[in-house]
Amino acid sequence: MSTFDQVANIIAETCDIPRDTIKPESHAIDDLGIDSLDFLDIAFAIDKAFGIKLPLEKWTQEVNDGKATTEQYFVLSNLSARIDELVAAKGA
Amino acid sequence: MNLEYFQLIDRITAIDLAQRTIAVEADVPQTGTIFEGHFPGRPLMPGVLLIEAMAQTSGWLLIAMMNIQRMPFLAAVKEAKMRSFVPPGEKLAITARLVHEGSGFAMTSAEISIGGKKTCNATLTFSHVPFPNEEFRQHMIVVAKRVGLPHLSTAHD
Repeated sequence: MSTFDQVANIIAETCDIPRDTIKPESHAIDDLGIDSLDFLDIAFAIDKAFGIKLPLEKWTQEVNDGKATTEQYFVLSNLSARIDELVAAKGA
Repeated sequence: MNLEYFQLIDRITAIDLAQRTIAVEADVPQTGTIFEGHFPGRPLMPGVLLIEAMAQTSGWLLIAMMNIQRMPFLAAVKEAKMRSFVPPGEKLAITARLVHEGSGFAMTSAEISIGGKKTCNATLTFSHVPFPNEEFRQHMIVVAKRVGLPHLSTAHD
C-alpha cells in the first residue's frame, strides 16, 4: 500500500470522511475541512503507523513565518512525500 | 483539593520520567458549595471535575517531562468512563501514563481509583506550547512546589 493510501485510510477512519473523496491533490484543511484538533488524531495515527514524529510545530511555524505554504505540508501528495522523507531519514 | 480554585490534586506521590508515569493523591472535601447543587440530598463529585483531576495529573507529568518550559492545555477527552459515584470525603488515587509524545501535543491514559478499585478512566489529548509569559510559569512553579513535583532543581527558576 502506498504512503498516500495509508494516509488517506487514516484520514477516512479518523475523521469519518468517505475514502473515495480523499485524493492526492486534496488539501487536508481547505478541501477536507480537517481542523487542527482533528489533525492531532491524524498525526498520532501517522506517527504510530510510520514510526516517525511529524514535525507539526516546525511546519506551523514555517507557515506562520511565511517561509512555507500550507500546500507544501497539507496537500496529501505533499504530506505523503514528507512522510517518506521522514521514514527515510529515520532509517539512514 | 480546593474546588473553588480548581486545585484538584493535592500531592504527587510518585513520578517516573523514564517510565513516563505519575501517581497523585487527591482528597475530595467533605463540604463545598458545589455539593449544594450537585446534588441536594445526594452530594456527588461531578464527573467533569474527575476528568479535570485526571487532566491535572497528566499535566504535571507533561510539565515535568518538559522541564517546566512548556504548558499543556487539555484538547480532547476520549473514552471517559465514570464507573461509580464519588461522594464527598473520598481519597482519590490518580495515575497517568504518557501514551504518545507528538510534535506540540501529547496523549495520556489516566485513571482514578478509590480503595484500589478503578472508578474513572479516560484517554486525554493535550496541546502544549511554551509558557506565554514568565509570570504564568512562575505561578506554575509555586503550584509545583505545593503539590510536591520533585523535578524543580533543573527547572532554572
